[in-house]
Amino acid sequence: MLVWRKLMAAAVLSNLADPLIMLFGLGYGLGALLPSVEGMSYIAFFAAGQLCTATMFTASFESMFSGFSRMHGQKTWDAILYAPLVIDDVVAGEIGWAASKAWLTGSTILGVAVVFGLASSPWVLLALPAAFLVGLAFSAVGLVMCVLARGWDFFSYYMTLVMTPMMMISGVFFPAEQLPAPLLAVAKALPLYHGVQIVRPLIAGGPPPSLWLHVAVLLAYAAAGYVLAITFARRRFSS
Amino acid sequence: MSALSTRALRKSYDALEVVSGIDLAVAPGECFGLLGPNGAGKTTTLKLCLGLIEPDAGEIELLGEPVPRRAREARARVGVVPQFDNLDPDFTVEENLVVYGRYFGIPQSRIMERIPGLLEFAGLAGRGDSRITTLSGGMKRRLTLARALVNEPQLVFMDEPTTGLDPQARHLIWERLRSLTQEGRTLVLTTHFMEEAERLCHRLAIMDRGRIIAQGTPRALIAEHIEPQVVEVHGEGYATWMERAKQLAPRVERVGDTVYCYGEELGPVLKSISGELSYLHRPASLEDVFLKLTGRDLRD
Repeated sequence: MLVWRKLMAAAVLSNLADPLIMLFGLGYGLGALLPSVEGMSYIAFFAAGQLCTATMFTASFESMFSGFSRMHGQKTWDAILYAPLVIDDVVAGEIGWAASKAWLTGSTILGVAVVFGLASSPWVLLALPAAFLVGLAFSAVGLVMCVLARGWDFFSYYMTLVMTPMMMISGVFFPAEQLPAPLLAVAKALPLYHGVQIVRPLIAGGPPPSLWLHVAVLLAYAAAGYVLAITFARRRFSS
Repeated sequence: MSALSTRALRKSYDALEVVSGIDLAVAPGECFGLLGPNGAGKTTTLKLCLGLIEPDAGEIELLGEPVPRRAREARARVGVVPQFDNLDPDFTVEENLVVYGRYFGIPQSRIMERIPGLLEFAGLAGRGDSRITTLSGGMKRRLTLARALVNEPQLVFMDEPTTGLDPQARHLIWERLRSLTQEGRTLVLTTHFMEEAERLCHRLAIMDRGRIIAQGTPRALIAEHIEPQVVEVHGEGYATWMERAKQLAPRVERVGDTVYCYGEELGPVLKSISGELSYLHRPASLEDVFLKLTGRDLRD
């Protein structure tokens, strides 16, 4: 019922080029200085972080900026609501769409990592559902921001105050365990850290330790985001 | 049975009551107009009838379905033309119709069968591949109307269908709307454009401050609420002339620098006009009724 936006998968390239340039630039550049991190080459280490970060960005941009444009600018949501659909359907559709688009980003980066020999064990296939889970969590949270937003500026706060610091402390560029304990505790409460904790061992070629804990945190963010987004969307559209 | 009925409908936002007890009954196949100044509660009433917002009190029945409880079922058989076009600018004309039909769960093949007829109706035959941004305002409005028909609705809601259109575009829309009623569809439209209401609507309700203050056919409303003839006078010396006119016409009022005389027989009024004064003699219209009932103060 909600597969209607398939026609718009044109902007995928820009979602992929940036993270890949960063992966190879930082990976090979910095990697030359750092022989190995946690037993893997730096670029392989960084590939896991970059996969999750790029998935996070695609999910967030789609659910916040594109979602807000459809909701607020183009009034597409209003048009949908004249049909026999309700706001809950629209919210679910937007989250699902953003998560799918984010998954495409994540899985392409994974494919590139495999092609360049950064991962070779069959375990890496499990990173595909993991990427979707990361996309789902950030799409749901992004859509909460979308339905709360009064204007475009609102998203800068979330991006600058939440996403950027989260990227720095979630073990994307360096092992999060090097952080002071309070910062590590903050990272562990946030979804990106758990995404990285799942994907990195899979790229290294083994099962992730405490997998179900990480999955549970990501699912919790997705579920909480979904419920909050629906709650706020109902409020927004009932006035 | 009514196509649409409401009983004692109420809706407040915070302390402000926007809809204060509305009773409506729209017969099947009828074109019904909801008139009122800005902020009268017209759009809120439409949204309540569609089940998009919940009423605080009262009952709504749309095509036999209780709303909001079975609003989805009702909306499956209803079309909506909103006040502001919300076509999807990322899609072409045809894709807009297809995607919209999919929201109703209509199979793609059925939609494709309907598209030539819809484009024909919208005067957009051969423009199926055009981008929305290349369409004129009138074309977009017609496409929005065609989009509202994609599910072959029995009833179509229209919120100010011709606002912002030039006369040519407006007349084309009116013609299309009349053809819809001839097909037996029910139309419910809001407007503050009296000529539109007078030409299109079988029956009207005039709304102000959340209430219906008059209801009936356009002719009956004019006959009931206003004298049949109007003379408008303005120009140098209108104020002194007005004192004289008060003896000659049953009702005389001044708005800014114009004097309005209402009455059945205004021959004496016309004879008394002289000098610098210019005048316009015309039959009373729905606009006179509207202004009499809702007042001449600006509404923002």
